[in-house]
Amino acid sequence: MDDAIFISPEVQEAAEVPLTVLREDGRSDPDLDPDLPKEFLLRMYRTMVLNRELDDRLFKLQRQGRIGFYLTCTGEEAAVIGSVAALNDEDWLFPSYRETGLPLWRGVPVRKFVAQQYGNAEDNVKGRQMPVHTSFREARIMSISSPVGTQIPQAVGFAWAAKIVGDPIVVLVYFGDGATSEGDFHTACNFAGVFKVPVVLFCRNNQYAISVPLKRQTAARSIAVKAVAYGFEGVRVDGNDVLAVYVATKRAVEKARSGGGPTLIEALTYRIGAHSTSDDPRRYRSEEEVQQWYAKDPIERFRRYLEWRGYWSELQQESLLEEVRDLINRTIEEVEKVPPPPVESLFDDVYARMPRHLQEQKEAYLAYLKEADRWRS
Amino acid sequence: MAVMNMIQALNDALRLEMRRDPRVIVMGEDVGRLGGVFRVTVGLLDEFGPDRVIDTPLAEAGIIGTAIGMALYGLRPVAEIQFADFIYPAFDQIVNELAKYRYRSGGQYSCPLVIRTPSGGGIRGGHYHSQSPEAYFVHTAGLKVVIPSNPYDAKGLLLAAIRDEDPVIFFEPKRIYRAATGEVPEGDYTVPIGKARVEVEGKDVTLISYGAMMVECREAVQKAREKWGISVELIDLRTLLPLDVDTVIQSVQKTGRVVIVHEAPRTCGFAAELIALINEKAFLYLEAPPVRVTGFDTPFPYTLEHDYLPDTGRILKAIYETVHY
Repeated sequence: MDDAIFISPEVQEAAEVPLTVLREDGRSDPDLDPDLPKEFLLRMYRTMVLNRELDDRLFKLQRQGRIGFYLTCTGEEAAVIGSVAALNDEDWLFPSYRETGLPLWRGVPVRKFVAQQYGNAEDNVKGRQMPVHTSFREARIMSISSPVGTQIPQAVGFAWAAKIVGDPIVVLVYFGDGATSEGDFHTACNFAGVFKVPVVLFCRNNQYAISVPLKRQTAARSIAVKAVAYGFEGVRVDGNDVLAVYVATKRAVEKARSGGGPTLIEALTYRIGAHSTSDDPRRYRSEEEVQQWYAKDPIERFRRYLEWRGYWSELQQESLLEEVRDLINRTIEEVEKVPPPPVESLFDDVYARMPRHLQEQKEAYLAYLKEADRWRS
Repeated sequence: MAVMNMIQALNDALRLEMRRDPRVIVMGEDVGRLGGVFRVTVGLLDEFGPDRVIDTPLAEAGIIGTAIGMALYGLRPVAEIQFADFIYPAFDQIVNELAKYRYRSGGQYSCPLVIRTPSGGGIRGGHYHSQSPEAYFVHTAGLKVVIPSNPYDAKGLLLAAIRDEDPVIFFEPKRIYRAATGEVPEGDYTVPIGKARVEVEGKDVTLISYGAMMVECREAVQKAREKWGISVELIDLRTLLPLDVDTVIQSVQKTGRVVIVHEAPRTCGFAAELIALINEKAFLYLEAPPVRVTGFDTPFPYTLEHDYLPDTGRILKAIYETVHY
């Protein structure tokens, strides 16, 4: 008994202070700054701005009734772009549903993304999923599921398969703080740890799962500390600091690629907007709290850094906003002209080859449509 | 041809396919060193090593969730859930994820994953080792559901399932794992998924079943002939989804009478779907209402399991009554 060690919550304290690179004044920590090339930094910045502008516009389109639903990433752009930028293009991404920045970073045309929000004939998921439930195989981005956390064990299995066949890829899986309450998170961490899988588990801790705050998701003092119980490293990072996210992810990715196994990254950030267009956040959080986080806007913070570096100016900012808004407006105008997916496609892709019973249902429905007016009127 | 039981036939199928296709991975709780609690995977670890025969942590949702990821990557995982009764923790991963991946991604991704799981009662397993949950999965678009009744079909269907481009839930009727024996070719062959088999031809009544209940059905066919001279046509469905409707309807059109037997509970069981299909497609051929002989709408019991399971007597009664309707 004398030798026994009782593990107390206080040991978690060490994991509470987030890794930070960017200071409030726009300068960086010289020891931690990854010193990325100018063009790369500007590409990160442009993608964050594009993400923000696209979110703003699509949110408004939902309010106007032009698309059915939307989820913004506002306030969390640094977490998404800082992490994906640390991967190679060969690496795979398993998103949750607030990572619009992933296809934008990987070069998926904005038009293709917007088409998915409309579920029209240009939507590569053929109008089968709600807006934001994308999948882009060409960009190595997996299909998005509404149930929370289901993608985590799948990402672990995918990375595990790659390890078994000796393919040196890394898989990065995104989820929110709410997902860490799901069984899938724990079972995935357990498998990843036991089999030393090349996966990076990336939690965007944006403080709320719809209306339920972090303190109702966990009694732990950080999410990062949970990694310890599964036998691998966890790190808490300032999620509004794009360079800190980059540095932490890069380290986790390199470790995974060299056989070091998984890492849990907790990006401490805040969901500035509502959970979705169906949510009213004023019912469960104060305006003061939101304003405090507004002041920590990750895009503004990154911009100050770029200006300090001498890479960015007010003039460039104006021209970027004009370019991005023009692109979005043009895209929406074009996409709104695209018709819905052909009705026959409703029955495709359930199986590799359409079985008899579906063929019969399809034929019967198409026959009905030919005379539907008679029955509908 | 060698005489095998179902366990040997399934083991043979896994070994053959793992030799043929390096993408095939066997994973699950106890499948490695122990060779599975029913010994279906025995010897595979020694031949294929721990990267292809994987003892996983005890977590059904984890087994299926990670197997989905492996299938998405391009491997051909065969995941074992130790008892079908333990499949429910993985239900979300199966019905929401596995079944829908191809559809929800617009055909960009697919999950060719086989889930093997022993099902059914009659082994003194109580209700956590005896359930027949096939109807839940038959109700889910995107899955295929297979239940063999003999060693020949078990091997051929498992080989077909592993080579299938779609996810397959492969129920193994554990009551006849060792009891069902027969000649099984040693080499490669497949039994097509979605094709039923007329095991006995007859003209008076069609008897439809699958899995372990085929044992009682065979006995009933023989006794009906001996006792009353009734000629029963016996169909082994082998695959519940996609269903071989043609074989069923042709038989019902011939006999005009049908008895359906399964040990799963009655309400919304597979028999209900079959009767609906028969009503839609062969109503005017029917000489009597279709009859169901099934497990009861109770949880599966321990001591009284042989009262719960349809026996030959209940099947014979149904045959007699429908013929004399």
